[in-house]
Parts: sequence; C-alpha cells; structure tokens
Amino acid sequence: MEAIQSFLNMGGYAAFVWPAYGATALVLAGLSAMSVVRMRANERALAELRGADDEEDA
Amino acid sequence: MKRKHQRMTLLGVGGVAAAAAAALVLTAFEDNIVFFHSPTELSERNFAPTQRLRIGGLVEAGSVAKAADGVSVSFTVTDTAKSVPVTFKGILPDLFREGQGIVAEGHLREGVFVATDVLAKHDETYMPPEVAEAIKKSGQWKGGR
Amino acid sequence: MHRFANPTRFVRLAGRVQPWAAALALLCLGAGLYFALFSSPPDYQQGETVRIMYVHVPAAWMAMFCYVVMAAASASSLIWRHRVADLAAKATAPVGAAFTLLALVTGSLWGKPMWGTWWVWDARLTSVLILFFLYLGYIALQNAFDDPARGARAAAILAVVGVINVPIIKFSVDWWNTLHQPASLTRLDGPAIHSSMLTPLLLMALGYTALYVWLAIIRMRAELAETKIRAIRYRQASGTAPAPQES
Repeated sequence: MEAIQSFLNMGGYAAFVWPAYGATALVLAGLSAMSVVRMRANERALAELRGADDEEDA
Repeated sequence: MKRKHQRMTLLGVGGVAAAAAAALVLTAFEDNIVFFHSPTELSERNFAPTQRLRIGGLVEAGSVAKAADGVSVSFTVTDTAKSVPVTFKGILPDLFREGQGIVAEGHLREGVFVATDVLAKHDETYMPPEVAEAIKKSGQWKGGR
Repeated sequence: MHRFANPTRFVRLAGRVQPWAAALALLCLGAGLYFALFSSPPDYQQGETVRIMYVHVPAAWMAMFCYVVMAAASASSLIWRHRVADLAAKATAPVGAAFTLLALVTGSLWGKPMWGTWWVWDARLTSVLILFFLYLGYIALQNAFDDPARGARAAAILAVVGVINVPIIKFSVDWWNTLHQPASLTRLDGPAIHSSMLTPLLLMALGYTALYVWLAIIRMRAELAETKIRAIRYRQASGTAPAPQES
C-alpha cells in the first residue's frame, strides 16, 4: 500500500509527471482512434460506391 | 531541359535562397536570440541600469547567503573568468544549488545584479544517485556538484 | 522511392507492414513504460521528474523526424508528381503536429519544477513552437483551396521551405546559449546518460517510431480511399462511363 502511494507520489513531483504521461496517452490514443475510424469510414464508403457502380454497369 | 529537371532546379535554388535568408536573419538578430549574457560579456559591455537583461553562469561554491528575512538570497554567478554578485528575493527553483548553472533575469545596478527571476539550467548528464556518488568518490567528477 | 510511387504497390506493401508496425509499437511502448515508470532509477539531480524525459525526448525527436519525412515526401511530390509521396506528406502532418504538441507540453511540465518556469523564449523552445506552427500552416494551406491539387502543391512548397527550421532546432543549443540543455546522446564523447536511463528512452523512441509508421499507413489508406471516392463522384457527376478501376 505504502509502496503504491510513494510510487504515485513520484517524489513530490506527481503534479508534473502524471500530467505528462496523461497528455501523451490522451493525444496518441486519440490520434490513433481518429485515424482508424476515418480509414474504416472511407474504405467502407469506397466499397459501397464501387458496388453501386458495378450495378449500374450491369 | 525536361520539366522534371526544371522543377528540381527551381526547388534547389529556392531552398538555397531560403537557407541563405534564414542564415542572414539569424545572424542579424543574434543579440536577441542569445538567451543570456556571461559575466565576462557583462563587464565588457555597458548595459544601462534600466535595461532588463539575463545573465547566466555557475553559482560560485560557498557564495550563497540567505538573509534574515528568509526570502532574500545573495550569491555570486561566475563563468570562471569573471563573476557578478546577484541579489534575489523569491522562490528558487529546485535545481538551484552551489555549482549549478543558472540564468537570472533583472537589472545591473552599480555592479550588483538585482534579479527578479532565477531559473536553473540543467546540464545534459543523466545518472542515478548511486552512480553520481561513486564517481564523486573515485575523484573522476567533472561537474561542480 | 520510385518503386513505391504506384498506389497499388503501396497498398500491397502497407497491408504487409501494418500489423508488424502495430505489434512492434505495442511491444516497445509496453516495455518502455515499464522501464520508464517502474524499473529505472531517479536522477541524481532531477529526482523523479527524469521520468518525464522518457515521453518528452522521443516526442521531440519524432517532431523533427516527421517534419523531415513530410518535407522529403513533399519535395518528391513536387518534382516527380508522385501520388503516394503526396499522400505520405499529408498523412504525416497531423502525426508530426501531435508529437510537437506533446514535446512542448511535456517539456513545459518538466520545466516548471526544474527550471522554475513553464516557458522561456530561448532559441530551442521558440524554434520548436515555430515547427508546430509550420505543421498547422501546412494542414491549413491544404484546405485553403477549392482545388485539392492546388492546396497540396502550396502546402508542399511550405513544407519544403520550412525544413530549414529542423537544423535550427537541432543545433540551437550549440549555436546560441539557451536555457535548454544541449544534446545528451549525440555528443562526440558518447552519450551523457546512464544505461539504466538509456534503455527506457530508446525503447520509447522505437515505440514512437513504430507507432508513426502504423499511423502513417492507416492515414495514407484513408487518404487514398478519399481520393478514389472523389474521382468516382466526379465521373458520376460529369456523366462519363466509369474508367477502368485503378486497383
């Protein structure tokens, strides 16, 4: 318990160390999620558009 | 000349011109880009007492004296050639130590630098405390600490 | 370079690299975080704040690395009109901007307790802030024109000209006196950083690089799909028969 507390306390620098890691996690995870969502949406839209195209041809 | 080569030449010439422009600007504004002056520069050049400036150097060992009021400090900043006495009232950063590099911002008044801000400069060495201890013991220590 | 200029070849290669990049990123970041937070000592001067370095320094490296990639891709898209190069530059810009922002924020969080200030206008900090604005300018310029091709060209020229800032950032700490400390790793007499602290730093740096590769592939695929959608819509709108599919 004490070990956890002293770890979280970061030698008194918790207010600087944890926000630095938090900001990093937030920005990198956020960018990754946004990129994947956009890729999936675009590739799905392209597949649908191509499907419609093929039907027109037939 | 093929268009591809034309574009390449254009980009190359443009790049060289931009680099030259950047070099000229940076040289012209060197005085503004420099973050602080050394005690030697301070003694060579005449800065007006009204001019706000920054000095940088090492805190001379044994020079730090805390005043009775508990918030005022005086110490000497040195670049090993020249040194300047500094007075400061306020909270010093955690890295402030004798032998540590610092940057002080304020005014030069009659040979004494009256600082309104003191920043600690960190060097580029990183090591665990035990290693620092061991190096100090072996007498190989190069820093001032 | 020229071999990958073809979008079809790019898609095939990207599909193969993507899972490996993701796995390497997860592995290195996981191990890096373990070393950074649990299994590395505090610094003899900075104490526990040295742990901020493990997310700050790799972010700053990636900020510069991404810019060089973006500028090189922009140059080859300007000269050889490579479509994939243009996609690569476009995909890299937001990733580079994110890394630059992280370098600025984490650096500020380290500067407050160690230097005694969140921010100073020294050559290093100012030039990194300019890098951030170059990324933002690149992204803004792309969307400033109705014709995407013109926007891409204008942004590419900005990216190429702005590359001058990269050596200025790198050498700012040597050319001028700054509050920021000089480089620890690329010194002539070897790195000034203890191996117990070098391990998490290099693991995180490798993790960030792998993450960049993965993100770049994902974002390039998104861009490629978008340009194809635009082409199909354009053909439909102009009423011509669909041209043979490109891929």
